[in-house]
Amino acid sequence: MIERRDRPIGEDLQQLEQTWADPQGLAGWFTHVDHKSIGRRYLVTAFAFFVMGGVLAALMRLQLSRPDNTILGPDLYNQIFTTHGTTMMFLFAVPVMQGLGIYFVPLMVGARGIAFPRLVAFSYWMLLFGGIFLYVSFLAGAGPDVGWFSYPPLAESLYTPSRRADVWAQLITFTEVASLAVAVSLITTALKLRAPGMTLNRIPIFVWAQVVTSFMVLFAMPAVMLASTSLILDRLVGTHFFDVEHAGDALLWQHLFWFFGHPEVYIIFIPGTGLVSTIVTAFSQRRMFGYLAAVLSLVSTAFMGFGLWVHHMFATGLPQLGESFFTAASIIIAIPTGTQIFCWIATLWSGRLMVKTPMLWILGFFAIFIAGGLTGVMLAAVPLNTQVHDTFFVVAHFHYVLIGGAVFPLFAAFYYWYPKITGRLLSERLGVWVFGLLFVGFNLTFFPMHILGLHGMPRRVYTYPAAMGWGALNLLASVGAIFMACAVAIFIIDSIRALAANRVAAPNPWNAGTLEWATSSPPPHSNFLHLPTVSGREPLWENPPEQPVVVGLRTDARDVLVTHVLDAEPDHRLLFPAPSIWPFLTAIAATVLFIWSIFTPWGVIYGAVPVFVTMVGWFWPKSAQEGGTRLWPLQRSLPRPNEAPAAGGAI
Amino acid sequence: MLWVVAIVFVATLACIAVGVIRGSRRGSSGAPPPSQRVLTRSVAVAVALTVATLFGLLVASVSTGRTIASLHAASAVTITVTGHQWWWEIQYEDSTPSRRVLTANELHIPVNRPVVLKVTSRDVIHSFWVPNLQGKRDLIPGYTTAIWLQADRTGVFRGQCAEFCGLQHAHMALDVVAETDRDFEGWLDAMRQPGRDPPPNAIGHGREVFMHTRCASCHAIRGTDAAGQIAPDLTHIASRSTLGAGTLPNTPENLSAWIRDPQRLKPGNQMPPNALTDDDLQALVTYLETLR
Amino acid sequence: MSGARTLDVSALPPGAFGSRTLTFWGTLGIVVIEGTVFALAIGAYFYLVSRFPAWPPHGVAAPDLRWGTLNTIVLLASLVPNELARRAGEQVNLGKVRIWMVVCLVFALAFNAVRAFEFAHLNVMWDRDAYGSIVWLMLGLHTTHIITDFLDSTVLTVLMFTGPVEEHRFVDVEENAVYWYFVVLAWLPIYGVIYWAPRLL
Repeated sequence: MIERRDRPIGEDLQQLEQTWADPQGLAGWFTHVDHKSIGRRYLVTAFAFFVMGGVLAALMRLQLSRPDNTILGPDLYNQIFTTHGTTMMFLFAVPVMQGLGIYFVPLMVGARGIAFPRLVAFSYWMLLFGGIFLYVSFLAGAGPDVGWFSYPPLAESLYTPSRRADVWAQLITFTEVASLAVAVSLITTALKLRAPGMTLNRIPIFVWAQVVTSFMVLFAMPAVMLASTSLILDRLVGTHFFDVEHAGDALLWQHLFWFFGHPEVYIIFIPGTGLVSTIVTAFSQRRMFGYLAAVLSLVSTAFMGFGLWVHHMFATGLPQLGESFFTAASIIIAIPTGTQIFCWIATLWSGRLMVKTPMLWILGFFAIFIAGGLTGVMLAAVPLNTQVHDTFFVVAHFHYVLIGGAVFPLFAAFYYWYPKITGRLLSERLGVWVFGLLFVGFNLTFFPMHILGLHGMPRRVYTYPAAMGWGALNLLASVGAIFMACAVAIFIIDSIRALAANRVAAPNPWNAGTLEWATSSPPPHSNFLHLPTVSGREPLWENPPEQPVVVGLRTDARDVLVTHVLDAEPDHRLLFPAPSIWPFLTAIAATVLFIWSIFTPWGVIYGAVPVFVTMVGWFWPKSAQEGGTRLWPLQRSLPRPNEAPAAGGAI
Repeated sequence: MLWVVAIVFVATLACIAVGVIRGSRRGSSGAPPPSQRVLTRSVAVAVALTVATLFGLLVASVSTGRTIASLHAASAVTITVTGHQWWWEIQYEDSTPSRRVLTANELHIPVNRPVVLKVTSRDVIHSFWVPNLQGKRDLIPGYTTAIWLQADRTGVFRGQCAEFCGLQHAHMALDVVAETDRDFEGWLDAMRQPGRDPPPNAIGHGREVFMHTRCASCHAIRGTDAAGQIAPDLTHIASRSTLGAGTLPNTPENLSAWIRDPQRLKPGNQMPPNALTDDDLQALVTYLETLR
Repeated sequence: MSGARTLDVSALPPGAFGSRTLTFWGTLGIVVIEGTVFALAIGAYFYLVSRFPAWPPHGVAAPDLRWGTLNTIVLLASLVPNELARRAGEQVNLGKVRIWMVVCLVFALAFNAVRAFEFAHLNVMWDRDAYGSIVWLMLGLHTTHIITDFLDSTVLTVLMFTGPVEEHRFVDVEENAVYWYFVVLAWLPIYGVIYWAPRLL
C-alpha cells in the first residue's frame, strides 16, 4: 500500500548514484544507456550535422553570388544542394528536437530514466552511422544528386545509373529507424513514467509537444520508408512502382513522399512551439495563459498536418475540386498556430518579463516565424502557388518557418538549458551578438529570395544568366550567409569556452517552474536524489513545502516507478537495464545489412544473420533475476490490469 | 493578398512589442497583471479576427482559381509541348497532317487568343513555366495535361523549366513569341516548308557534312534524309533566337562553338563534341544559317 | 531532508501484466507503425488500380485462391495456441507456456511454408509491371513479419526451456502473443486486397 506519512529519509544516496552511473572510459562509452548521455550525444551530433549542412549552403551561396559563375559545376552543385537538404531535414532538424526530448522529457516528468533505454542508445548509433554513410559517399563522389525529395523518374536507374540515389534511399532507412525508435520511447515515457500527481493537465507543454510530435512520427515516417524502399526495389530488383516505361506511376511517389513530407515539417516545428511555451512561461514568471487551448492547438495541428500534402503538388494538374480542399486545409491550419501565438502574447503581456538571451531568441522567433507562416498562407492559394512554386519564393518561405520556427527556439533552448546540462553559464553578452548576427544575416539572406522568386528565379539551378537581373539580390543573399556563419562560429566558441570557465550555474538560474530545475546542474546520475511528486503545473512555483518525495525504490538496482497513464498514480516498480554493448553491436550489424543491400538483394538475407545474433544477445538475460522478480517455480505475484495492489486500473 | 498579409504581420508584431514592453515594466515595477477575463476576451477576439481573415483569403483564392480556369475557346490553337532532358519539343497540331509543325525551344502564339498546351514529358519530370503568361505546369511522363494561356500584348516572353530535371536543369529555357494573327500565320507557313535546298557551293558542302557525320542520327531537317527523333528539330534552326534551350544567343559564332564542344557550354547535355576541320565546320554553320 | 513528507512505494510489485506494462505500450507503438505501413501499401495498391483500365493489367490472372485461403485458415488457427500461450503466461504456468509456444512454432513453420507456395502461385512476377510490384511488396511486407515473429518466438521459447525463467519472462510471453495477434489480424485486409480485389473490381 502507498503510505503518505512523515518519515525520515534514510536511503543510501551514495549507493543510488553508483547504481545509476554509466561506466567511465572509452570502452564504457559504447555501453551507455543513461538518457542524459545519449541526449547529449544526440545534441552534439545533430549540431555537427547542422554545421556541415551550413557549410554546404555557404558553398551554394558562393556559387550563386554572381550570374554565370563557374566555382561549382552542375554535378557538384546538384550533389551539394541535395546533401544540404537531406542533412538539414533528416540529420539535423528531427534528431536535434528528439535529442532535447531524450534529455529533458524524463527530467520534466520527474523520472529516473527514459523508457526503453537500450533502444534509444541503438537509435543514436543508427543516426550516427547513417550520417557517416551519407558523408563518406558524398566525399567519395557518390553523393545523392537528385534533391532531398528524390523524384522519380529522375531517381530511377535509367536516369541515375550510379549508386547515388540508393545512398539517399538508405540514409532514409537509417534515420527513420532511429526516429521511430525514439518516438516510441518518448510516448511511453510521457505516459507511464510521470511523477505521482502529474495528471494530464499538469504535464509541461514541452512534453505535450514531444508526445504529439512522436505520434506524428509514428504515422508519417512509414510513408517515406515505404517510398524509399520501393525506390530501392525499382533500382535493385526491377520492380516498376514509379517507372513509366512499365506502367509505373511517377505521381505515386509524390503522394507517398509528401504524405510524409508535410507532417515532417510539423514534426520539426511542433517541438519548437513547445520550446517557445517553456521559455515564455519561465521568463514571464507565470503559468502559460491558455494551457488547454495550447495543448488542443498542438493536437489539432498534428491531425490537420496529415491533410495538407497535396499542396506540394498543385503544379501537377490535379482536378480543381481536389485542389480547393487542400487549399482550405492549408489555410485553416493557421488557426491553431495563431491561437498559440495569441496565448504566448497574453502570457508575456501579463507576466513579469525578464528579457535575457533565451527570450531574445524567442522574440526573433516571433518576427521570423510569423512572416514565414503568412507566406505559407499565400502559398496555399493555387493561383499564386502555380507562379511561385519551385522558385526562390518557396525557398524563402520554408527557411522563414523552419529557421524561425525551429532554429531560433532551438538556440533559445541552448541558452536556457546549457546551464542545466553542463553546470555552466553561457555569456549573455556574446549571446546578444550571436542573436544579432544570426537575425540580421538570416534576413539579409532570405528576404531577398521572396523577391527573386516573384521575379521568376527557379530553384535548384546551379547558375543563372546575367540578363535576368537577379545578380544584385543574389549577392546580397550571399553576404547574409557570412553573418550567419560568424554567428554560429561565435556560438561554438562560447559553448566550448564556457565549459572551462568559472561561471558555475545554480540549480535554477532562471527561477523556472518545471521539474528539471528541481535537481542539480548538471543532474546527478539518478536524475533526482529524491524523486519528486507534484500538485501543480509549475511544481517549483506551486508545490507546497510539505509536498512528499518518493521513497522505497531500490538503491542497489535501477529501480523505476511506473505510474498510471491518466492520473499518474503509482502503479508498479520496474528494473531498468544496466549499460550494455548490444545496442551498439546491433547498430553495426544493421548498418552492414543496410549498406550491403544497396549492392545486392542477398545483402538482406546474409545481413540479417548478424542482426539476429546481436538482437538475441540484446534480449538474453544476463543474470537470473535481471528483472528483479522471483525465479520459477513461483505463484503469480505481479498484478493483472484492474487488479490491486496499488491503485489498480488497466493502463 | 500581399497587403492583407503585411497588415497582419505588422499588427501581430506590434502586439508582441507592446506585450514585451508592458511585461518588462511589470517585471521591475511589480504592478498587477490584467485579469484572466480581459486576457481571455483579447485572445478570443484575435482568434475570431484570424478566422475571418483566413476565410476571406480562402474565398479569394478559390474564386481567382476558378476565373483562371475559365479560359477556354471553341477553336483554339493547340500545341503539344514535350519535355526532354534538356530541351523542349514543340508541335503545332492540325487535322491535316501535312500542316503540322515540329520545332524546338521557341513557341509562337497569336496575341489575344486563348491557346491550349497539351504537355507531357519523354523522360523525367519537367515544368513548363512562362511567368508573364501563366502559372507553371509539370510535365510528367505517363500523363498529358492541358493548360490554357493567353497573351494580352505582343512581345517575347521568356520561360524556364521549373522542376529539377538533372544536370542541366538550369539551362532549359524557352521563348514564347506573341505576335499578331497575320505574323503568326506567316510564321506557321514558313515553318511548314521543308528545309531549303542549298545551291551547289560551300553551303551544299555544309549539308553533306551534316548528312555524313553523326548529326543526322539525332537531328531532323525536313526535306532531307536527316530524320533523327531524339534531338531538337533543326528545319528552321536559324529562325530561333537562342541555342541550347535558351543557353546562348543564336549567332554564327555561338553555333560554331556549340557544334564543336557543346559540353563546354552546357556540361552534361546529351550532345557530344564534334571534331571537325575548320573548313567543314564553317561550311556546316553556313548551311545551317540558311535554314530560316 | 529528514522529517519531510514521503510517499513510500516499496510495497509496490516489481512489475505487472498486460496494458499496465511499458512493454505493452512499446508493442502498441510497433503495431501503429507497421499498421500504417500496411495501410499505406493498400492505399498505393488502390491508387494504382485507378491508373489502369483493367485490373490486373495486361491480362494477367488473379493470384490462385487456394494457397492464400489455406494460409488464412492456418494463420487464424494459430490464434488458438497463441491465446492459450498468452493465458498460460498470465497464469505463470511454465509447463503450459512451453507446450503452447511449441505448438505456436509448429503453426509458424506451417504458415511460413504455405507462404512460399503463395508466392509461387501469384501468377505474376514482381518485375512485370506496377501490379506485380505492389502485390509482391504487400505479400513481402507481411512475410517479413511472419518470419521475424517466428524467429523471436523461437528465441523466447528456447529461453523458457533453458532458463533462467523469472516472473518477468511470463510478461514477455504475454506481450509476444499480443504482437502475434497483430500479425495475424493485419493479414486479413491484405489477403482481401491481394486475392479478392482483382476478382471483385
